[in-house]
Amino acid sequence: MKDSRSNGAGAAPKVLSVAGLRKAYGGTVAVDGVSFEVARGEIVGLLGPNGAGKTTTINMILGVLEPTAGTIHVEGLDVGRERSRALGCTNFAAVYAPLPGNLTVAQNLRVFGMLYGVARLSQRIEELLTEFDLLPFRDAKCGVLSSGEQTRVALAKAMLNRPHLLLLDEPTASLDPASAQETRARMRRFAAGGECGVLWTSHNMYEVEEVCDRVLFVSKGRVLLEGDPKTLPAEHGRDSLEELFIAVAREPLTLMQSEVA
Amino acid sequence: MKAGRAAAIFLRQLYLLRGSLARVLPLFAWITVDIVLWGFITRYLNTVAAPGYNFVPALLGAVLLWDFFSRVMHGVTTAFLEDVWARNFLNFFASPLKISEYLAGLVLSSVATSAVGLLVMLVLASAVFGLSFAGYGLLLVPFLLVLFLFGIALGVVGAAVVLRFGPASEWFVWPLPALVSPFAGVFYPLSTLPLWMRGLGRALPPSYVFEGMRAVVAGGEAAWAPLAWGVLLAVVYVLLACWLFVRVHRHVVRTGLLARYSAETV
Repeated sequence: MKDSRSNGAGAAPKVLSVAGLRKAYGGTVAVDGVSFEVARGEIVGLLGPNGAGKTTTINMILGVLEPTAGTIHVEGLDVGRERSRALGCTNFAAVYAPLPGNLTVAQNLRVFGMLYGVARLSQRIEELLTEFDLLPFRDAKCGVLSSGEQTRVALAKAMLNRPHLLLLDEPTASLDPASAQETRARMRRFAAGGECGVLWTSHNMYEVEEVCDRVLFVSKGRVLLEGDPKTLPAEHGRDSLEELFIAVAREPLTLMQSEVA
Repeated sequence: MKAGRAAAIFLRQLYLLRGSLARVLPLFAWITVDIVLWGFITRYLNTVAAPGYNFVPALLGAVLLWDFFSRVMHGVTTAFLEDVWARNFLNFFASPLKISEYLAGLVLSSVATSAVGLLVMLVLASAVFGLSFAGYGLLLVPFLLVLFLFGIALGVVGAAVVLRFGPASEWFVWPLPALVSPFAGVFYPLSTLPLWMRGLGRALPPSYVFEGMRAVVAGGEAAWAPLAWGVLLAVVYVLLACWLFVRVHRHVVRTGLLARYSAETV
């Protein structure tokens, strides 16, 4: 079988390469020519107001939505052509995709561990139950857990296959501040391991500043700004990332013009 | 195709069945009612009809085989609907799982659940109403094979319909066996039907089973050739059903219906 891995000779190793990504529903364009990359060990924030195209972009990376145009490569594997192999080294957690509530935590982890072909699965499940403080809930059905506990189960599932690309869509939205801080620290440690790149969406700009190495501001399906979350606000005459976010949401055209200038 | 992924889908169904009365009971409750009801009807018919003809293998046998077919079909669709009800599509289809592996998992689930139903029916029909399967001889094997394959095919079609038209369309799926039964000649020979219905009946693999069963009960020769045609036809239906599911999956991925499944944006 032909291997479609692209070497990207000379460039830093990228776990995710998105090029010219576009999604249109009839005349409505949800994502309009988005291009970006995520490197190993990097956490990239995908930011933008509701309806900006973040989740549409994530759905296309996950292979559950076909792009109208553009390409997505995970570890050099074309998601369109080698979906199963590409998704084998990917995983995700999203508030809108809870694990089946009628299975227990351990059962869910076993089923998804088998789907991702995880070696020494029983041992891996034990590690994750311990790491995410889920041991007391091992035999509890996911549907009866609190939203914060369910989020931790979803994160444990997302880590099952030690993914090279991890997509986290508002992963701390249901967590209390202490749990959210622990989750951010855990994800930073995971990314710092150097094998995994993380694409992270959040509306919590404090969190983004703390956790992301780089951010992409998306509005109306386009990437408007890109840069270091610590320096980007000042570069655009704003005091904080939150102010910059509000500006992107309210005055995207102004920002686009200032970018061009 | 990786067997481990199909096994994961099967394991999920086993987990759901284990300890769930609401899921275990329907595996045999309704077919038990059917066998009891039709068992007594056949007993009654044997007392009022001309002596010499035994309704048990003809009528009760037909009910048993038809219920087996329905169980197989519902085994596939119920396993699929578990993912609809649990809103689990995103988790499954954003994993390395291939469609072939997913469908294989649904089929494995159906094999397990329909085997339970078949066993209960066989015990009940033979122990209480004296239905003897020795009369069917080796033909019982192709009978069950044809009905199993066509049940799988219709189940996969049902799953494709629900995937395409959204959760509420499951109500199209449940009555599918009832829709097929008049054309398949479950309780009467195809020659009873008007020409247009007969034509449709011949295109349905179960009709070869029930025609063959009646021929055997009437003391005729074992008709292997029509049954072989029935098996071939059923295999073609399975392939067509899988093709349809793959096409529908591609459609829902392209149009965004899968990502926004519960919105039912047909």
